[in-house]
Amino acid sequence: MNSISNKAAIVGVGVSGFSKDSGRTELRMTCECIKAALDDAGLVPLDIDGIVKHTDDASDEHSVTSSMGMGNLTYFGESRWDSAPCSMVLRAAIGVATGVANYVVLYRAVNGSSRRRMMPSMRASGQMSTSDLLQWTYHAPFGLMSEAGRVAMIVRRYMHEYGINSDQFGWVTTVCREHGAKNPNGMFYNEPITIKDYLESKVIVDPLRVMDCHEEADSAVALVVTTVERAKNLRQKPVYILGATQSQLSETEEKNSYYRPVISGLPEMGHMGKRLFAMAGVGPKDIKVAQLDDSYAPLVPMQLEELGFCGRGEGVAFCEGGDRIRVGGELALNTSGGSLGEGYLYGMNHVVEAVRQIGGTSTAQVKDADLVLVATGAGGPASGLILGGSR
Amino acid sequence: MSMQYNTEHPIPTPPRIWENMGFWEGIKEQQLVFQRCKECGTWIHPPRPTCPKCRSFEKEWAPSTGKGTIHSWVTYRESPHPSFKAPYSVVLVELEEGVRLVSNMVDIKPEEISIGMLVEVVFDDVTEGLTLPKFRKVG
Repeated sequence: MNSISNKAAIVGVGVSGFSKDSGRTELRMTCECIKAALDDAGLVPLDIDGIVKHTDDASDEHSVTSSMGMGNLTYFGESRWDSAPCSMVLRAAIGVATGVANYVVLYRAVNGSSRRRMMPSMRASGQMSTSDLLQWTYHAPFGLMSEAGRVAMIVRRYMHEYGINSDQFGWVTTVCREHGAKNPNGMFYNEPITIKDYLESKVIVDPLRVMDCHEEADSAVALVVTTVERAKNLRQKPVYILGATQSQLSETEEKNSYYRPVISGLPEMGHMGKRLFAMAGVGPKDIKVAQLDDSYAPLVPMQLEELGFCGRGEGVAFCEGGDRIRVGGELALNTSGGSLGEGYLYGMNHVVEAVRQIGGTSTAQVKDADLVLVATGAGGPASGLILGGSR
Repeated sequence: MSMQYNTEHPIPTPPRIWENMGFWEGIKEQQLVFQRCKECGTWIHPPRPTCPKCRSFEKEWAPSTGKGTIHSWVTYRESPHPSFKAPYSVVLVELEEGVRLVSNMVDIKPEEISIGMLVEVVFDDVTEGLTLPKFRKVG
């Protein structure tokens, strides 16, 4: 396969940590993380000639470039949707692999807890795109006004087709919180839950409980990507990008793909996963640790099915009891705690955790983790990475 | 039981645009219509400028029978917006034509809704200027 495999590596990471109120702007958090990521890599701002950001991020490349004194950009662009974390790494890898840039920084900074996120419904209608209007005209007047509600509609159909009881999703949250309880960087350090806590948590939009939903947070991450050749001479052991790809299909909508024949799956994840494994030259059996999109707990068993870790309709049974998805199990999931047990940064923390696992510095370390899969964007456009400690 | 509104808060109604105008004009006339491709007859929802099957730009607004089944549903126990009183349910109806529509049920309790339930369209004048297509259980 003609691909981006093995051309680029992640060489620096900077994180802000998670809080309910960062007390500072997203731009400031971005700059702190970029500075930390450059220090981590052993680079200076003038080395950076590429930026990849999220379309919805509050910190644009002008203010970041000016604040950091990065006067040498030759490559900049954006990724969108909840699949952006892996997409941004892909963009960065493409930039350096083609020689358009040498060192690309990518970032995400969100005051998601202290500043209410802008929903299209809340925006002045004049600012809404045609695409947003076509969606919201048919959803908002009927009260389908939250992302959790949009996801719940898919989850109900999944439960119906495979005979699942919503109680069974609790093991995903329980294991994420167990992992998150070990992570001092996260919002639930030393706060594990039991399945009983999950079952007692209130239903907010039936069939989803509050503990099925990610924890809103203020947080930021920056990563530095360069070529595998340049990576050899930097401060950290490189984390190689062995696979990176995206998927968008006809009738893919962000968290409300209701208008295609089957709505009980995540076909973008299946499409993305096949290409990802082929690109990296490995299969599901080779992966012992993965960071999946756990913005909503039921999306995790659905991803296990789509990515080939188990059969169709078997994802919930795979998670039952938690033993197979805990550290020490056959496929340790979301070892930082993820969106449910560390905090919500739209999956950027999942990429960071993959880097930590390969570097051996996770707070829930999987022994000899040399190959980590990351998936972002469940229930919409999807993207994924397979990262490795060796080429 | 039907959906309850707090009328002091405007119900969010994103503006009509060229692609969906015909749908809302139909609702005003108490008729449920969807886009249908004039070339190949494919029913299309949500509306598009083109037919995704044959890429024709020639479409018409064709009447639906208004009959269908519940394909999925959710119940908000907490309201995400001040104009809607919780609890309320949102349903995804699959019409006989094969298209699906997000809507609400009338005259039913949330716990009585189930996947596969046969439903038919009714027109709910929720405010003076806003009529919405909703569904009730058949039989």
